Amino acid sequence: MKTRVIEIGVLVVAAVGCVIAYLGKPNIFGWHSGFVFSPTVSLIIIVLIGVSLLWMLIRTLQNRLVGRRIVFLYVGIAISLPLFMSITQNIVVSENVRDVYTALDELDPGEKVLVSFDYDPPSAPELQPMAEAFLAECFKRKLKVIIIGLWPMGPIQANMAIDTVMERMGLDSTQLVYGVDYCNLGYQAGNEFVIQRMGTSFEAMFGNDVRGTPYREVPLVKNVKNFSNIDYSFNLSSGFVGTVEWVQVAVSRYGLRLGAGNTAVQAPTVYPYLRAGLLTGLLAGMNGAAEFEKLTDFKGKATIFMLSQTFSHVIVIAFIIIGNVAFFRGGRKTALKGGSE
Amino acid sequence: MRREVPLFITGIVGVVFVVSYFIPAAPFCYLDSKFSDWFSIVQACAIVLGALNLIVISTKKVVGRKEKWGYPVAIVVSFIIVIAAGVGGGREYMTTGTSFDWLYRYSYVPLSSTMYAILAFYVASASYRAFRARNVEATMLLVAAFLVMLGRVPVGDVVTSFMPIGARMSDLQQWIMDFPQTAGQRAVMIGIALGLVSTALRVILGIERSHLGGGD
Repeated sequence: MKTRVIEIGVLVVAAVGCVIAYLGKPNIFGWHSGFVFSPTVSLIIIVLIGVSLLWMLIRTLQNRLVGRRIVFLYVGIAISLPLFMSITQNIVVSENVRDVYTALDELDPGEKVLVSFDYDPPSAPELQPMAEAFLAECFKRKLKVIIIGLWPMGPIQANMAIDTVMERMGLDSTQLVYGVDYCNLGYQAGNEFVIQRMGTSFEAMFGNDVRGTPYREVPLVKNVKNFSNIDYSFNLSSGFVGTVEWVQVAVSRYGLRLGAGNTAVQAPTVYPYLRAGLLTGLLAGMNGAAEFEKLTDFKGKATIFMLSQTFSHVIVIAFIIIGNVAFFRGGRKTALKGGSE
Repeated sequence: MRREVPLFITGIVGVVFVVSYFIPAAPFCYLDSKFSDWFSIVQACAIVLGALNLIVISTKKVVGRKEKWGYPVAIVVSFIIVIAAGVGGGREYMTTGTSFDWLYRYSYVPLSSTMYAILAFYVASASYRAFRARNVEATMLLVAAFLVMLGRVPVGDVVTSFMPIGARMSDLQQWIMDFPQTAGQRAVMIGIALGLVSTALRVILGIERSHLGGGD
C-alpha cells in the first residue's frame, strides 16, 4: 500500500512538472527562456551532486546499499537540470563527421542529394537534430534534396525537420520551393527490396509524392531514373531497415555515395563499413549531431542536449563504480543482490 | 499442394535473386525487378492484415470483457481516430497542418518518446546492479565502457586535457571504436553471413520448411 501511495505521488509530481513545463513554453507565459542558472549556480549544483555521490560511496563502504529509486532520481536530475544550466562545452569535431561535411562541400549547387529518413520518434532526439542540420546545410548550399522513408514515420519526421529549418533560416515557401528545391516521396513498404528496386527505377517504388502528385509531375525528380542520377545520399537510421541495408544494396551493388547518421546504439554496427570506405562519413549519436551542428554553424537541440548527455554518462559511471564497490565490499556474493530495492 | 507451391515460389525467387546479383542482364534483371515489386506489394498487404488483426483481437477482448479490456478500448478508439484523420485529410494527409499531422506531432511523438525515454532509467539501474568486474573479461568490458562513455562526451577531453592531442579520451574511444570494436563486429558479421548463406540455401532447396508453419 505504501509503495502504491509513493508511486501515485511520483506520478502526480511528474504530471504537475509537465504542466508547469508546458505553461512555461515561450509562447504561453514565456518564463522558460529566461529560467537559466548562472554559471556559478550551475557549478554549485554540480559540486553538490558530486558531494552527494561521494556520500553514497561512503555509505556503500559501510554496507548501506543504494536503492534503485535513488538511481532513477539521479538519472532524472542528470538529464533535466542541465537543460537549465548556462555551461558551454567544447565539442571537438571528429574525422567521421568532417567527412560528411567534406562530401557536401564537394557538391556543386543544383546537384541532387537523396535523404532517407528511416526512424521514428523514439530515436528523434538523436536523429532529428542531425536531419535538421544536414537539411539546413543542403539548402544553404543550394543542393536539391529528395526525401524518402523506409520507415512509415520517416516522411513525417522529414516534414517536421523541414518546418524547423525553414523557420530557423527565415525561409518561406517561395524561397524554398516544394517540388523544385526539395520533395518528399513518402514511405514505401518493402525494406531492402525498395532500395534494390530504386537501383533500376525510383518511379516504380514511389509513384506519387506525399502530396499525391504523380512522380513525373514533380519537377525535381522527373529526370531522376535511378541511383546514377543521385550525387550524394544520406541515411538517417535507427535500426532495420537502415544504413546496413543501404550499404549492402545501394552502395555495394549500385555504387551510390552514402553518408549516414545513426543512433549511438546502432553506430557500432556500421563501423566495419565505415572503415572499409563504403560509407562517406558517419554522425554517431547525439555527439555526432552536436559535432555536425558546430561544423555547419547550425546550433540546435543536439548542442543543448549534450550537457544532459555528459551528466548522465558521468552519473551512470559513478553508479557503476558504487555498484562495484558494493560488489567487492560484500564479498562478491552478498552485494550481487544489493541495490535491487 | 499447400506446401509444394510455396516451396516452389521460394526456390524460384531465391535462385533469381542470387543469379541476378552476379548476372545483371535479361531475363534475370527483369525478374529481379518484378519480384522486388511483388515483395513491396505483399509487405504492404501484410501491414493492412496486421492492423486488421489487431483490431479484430482488440474488439473481441472488449466485447468479451476480457481481463484489462480498457487497453483494447484505447487501441480501437486510437485506431479509428487516426484512420479518420488520415482519410479526412485526403491525399495530402501527411503534410504539415492537417489533423493527422497534428495528432502525430502532439500525441504520437510525445507518447512514444516518453516510452523510449524510460529506457535511460532502466539502463542506469541495470548497469548499477549488474555491471560487475567479476572476471578478466568483464573487467575489460567495464574499462572499455568507461573509456567510450567518457570519450563520447566533452568532459572526457577536459579530464585528460593534460595529455597531448591524439592521446586524449576522445582519441582513445575513437581507437576503441575503430579497431577492437570493428574487429569484433566483423567477426560477428562474418559468422552471421555464413549462417545466413546456409539457412538461405536450405530454404531455397526446400530442406528448411519451418517458415511454412504446421510443424514438419
